[in-house]
Amino acid sequence: MTSQISLAPPSTGGERMPVNADSVAARARTRGERFNWPVTIALLVGTLAVLIPLYVTLTMAFKTTAQAVDGNAFSLPAPFSVDGFVQAWTLTDFPRSFAISIGVSVISVVGTIILSAFAAFAISRNWNRRFFRWSFYYLLAAIFLPFPVLALSQVKLTGLLHLDNPIGVAILHIMFQLGFSVLLFTAFLRSIPEELEESARLDGASTAQVFWQLIFPLLAPMSATVGIFAFLVSWNDFVMPSLITSNPALQTLPVLQQIFQTQFSNNYNVSFASYLMAMAPAIIVYLFTQRWVMSGVTQGAIK
Amino acid sequence: MAVVPPSQVNRRVHKPQRVGATYYAFLLPVLVLFSLAITLPAIMGIFYSFTNSVGFGDYSFIGVINYIALFSDPTILGAYGFTIGFALVTVAVVNVAAFLLAIGLTARIRGKVALRALYVLPMVVSGIVIAYVFNFLFSNSLPELASALGIAPLEQSLLANPDLAWIAIVIVTAWQAIPSTILIYIAGILAIPSDVYEAAALDGASGARQLWSITVPLTAGYILINVIIGFKNFLNSYDIIVGLTNGGPGTSTTSIAMSIFNGFTNGDYSYQMANATIFFFIAIAIALLQLRVTRGKASV
Repeated sequence: MTSQISLAPPSTGGERMPVNADSVAARARTRGERFNWPVTIALLVGTLAVLIPLYVTLTMAFKTTAQAVDGNAFSLPAPFSVDGFVQAWTLTDFPRSFAISIGVSVISVVGTIILSAFAAFAISRNWNRRFFRWSFYYLLAAIFLPFPVLALSQVKLTGLLHLDNPIGVAILHIMFQLGFSVLLFTAFLRSIPEELEESARLDGASTAQVFWQLIFPLLAPMSATVGIFAFLVSWNDFVMPSLITSNPALQTLPVLQQIFQTQFSNNYNVSFASYLMAMAPAIIVYLFTQRWVMSGVTQGAIK
Repeated sequence: MAVVPPSQVNRRVHKPQRVGATYYAFLLPVLVLFSLAITLPAIMGIFYSFTNSVGFGDYSFIGVINYIALFSDPTILGAYGFTIGFALVTVAVVNVAAFLLAIGLTARIRGKVALRALYVLPMVVSGIVIAYVFNFLFSNSLPELASALGIAPLEQSLLANPDLAWIAIVIVTAWQAIPSTILIYIAGILAIPSDVYEAAALDGASGARQLWSITVPLTAGYILINVIIGFKNFLNSYDIIVGLTNGGPGTSTTSIAMSIFNGFTNGDYSYQMANATIFFFIAIAIALLQLRVTRGKASV
C-alpha cells in the first residue's frame, strides 16, 4: 500500500475518525512511513497559479517605467527602482487614503465585534423566548441578501442622512457582517455553561457586568475570527465605497486604483506599486492569522 | 421583594418570569440599526419598482410596467443570461479544482501547513486589485507569449474578444473563490472515518476507486453546500468584472449587479429597482435551498 499513489487521506491504525490530519501525518512520520511525493510535487507546481500574479505585481512595482513597458512581465527588475512607489504615493495621496481605509476597517471591526457580541449574548441567553429567537433569524437573513438588491436605496438613504462618506460605508460593512458574526458568537456562547454566569449573579453582578467582565473576555477567540473577517471584507471592499462615498477625495484604497486604468494607464511600474500597497495590509494580516481565517470559513459555512 | 437565600432560589420557577431589561438594551439597538440599513432599503426598493421614479423628485405609480419592460429588454435578458451561464461554469470549475486540491492537501504530503496557507492566500486579496493585475497579464503578457509561441487565436487580448472575454472572468473569479471552497472540502474530507479507507484498502480498492466510491459520496453534503454558496456568490459578481472588462466588449460581460448599478447613472432608477426585486427573489430562493441543505446535513 505504501508504494502506490494514494489519493485518499492517510489511514491510521485502529482509532476512529482523526479530526486533526496534521497529527495523523506526524504519527505517520514517526512510524517511518513515506510522504506522498507525487501529490506534493503536483501541489507545488499548482502554487504557480497563486504565485505568478503576485510575483508579477511585486517585480513590476520595482521596475523603472522604461522596463515596465517593454512587455516582459516576468523579468526581474533591472535596475531596481522605487520610483513607482514614490509616484504612486503622491498620485493616490497615500497617507490620506491609507488612513481612510484603516479608519473604515477599524470602525467596521470594532462595531462588528461589539454589536454582534451584544446581540448574540441577548439571543443565546433568552433562546426560549420567541422575540429573541426570531431576532436571530431576522439578523441571519442578511447573509443571503445580495448588496446589489439594496444598493440603490442605500445610496439614497445614506445621502439623505449625510452618511455618503466613509462613516456610512463602515456602518454598512458592520450591518452586512452581522449575520455571519452573530451566527459564530451564538454557537460559541451556547458552549459556555450558564452555571458560570449564575454564580457571578449570585455574587451580585448585573447582566451588563456579567457580559463585560465574564462573557466578553471568554469570547476572545471568536472575537478574533469575527474581527479578522470584518477587517478583510472591509479593507478589500470596492463596491460599497465606490457607490456610497460621494466625495472622491474620501475614497478608500481599492477604489482609488481606478485612476491607473484611465489617467496613468502606461506607467505600469506606478500602478503595480500602488496595487501592491493596496493588497499588502490584507496579506500581512492573513500571514499572522491564518488559523483563524481557515477555521472561520469552515464554521461559517457548516454551522 | 421577599428575601430568599440565594442558594434556595429555584431556577426553573424564577427564570422564565422576567427578561432583564439589559438584554433588550443589548439587542434592540442592533435590531433598529439593522432594520434601517438593510430592511428599509429592501422595502423601499420593492416600493419604487412599481413607480416611475428617476431617483428624486415626483413620481407616480405605474403598476407592473417596469416588470413587463424588463422581460422584453435585450440588455437585461443578456445580463441574466451572461450572469447565470458564467455562474454555472464557474461553480463547476471552482468545485472540481477545489475538490482535487483539498484531496491533495489532506494527503500525506510534505510541507502541508505551508501549502495550505499558500493555497488559501488568494482569498484575502482585493478582487478589484487582482483583476487589474490579471487585466495586465491578459492584455499584455498573454498575447506576447502567444505570438512568441505562434498561437494565432491568442495573439489578440482575451479581454477584447466578445466571445472569449468571459473566460478571463471565470479564471480570475475561480482564482479568488477556490480557497474558501478548498477549506470547506478539507473539513468534509477530514470528517470521513479512516476505517472506511482501511476496509477499502484491504479489499484491494485503488486510490482512484477509493476517491470515487468513498470520498465523493461521503462528502456529498459539502459538495452541495459549496455549489450553492458558490452559485449565490457568482451571481453577485461585480468587482472582478469591473477590473477586467467593465462589462464589455459591448455589453457581452455585463452582470446583473452591473446592470442594477447603472440605474443611477442612466436615470432608470425605478426600472432597475424592478430588476433588483426580481434578483432579490432569486436570492431568497437560493437561500431557502441552502437552509434546507444545511439543516438536512446537520441532522444526519
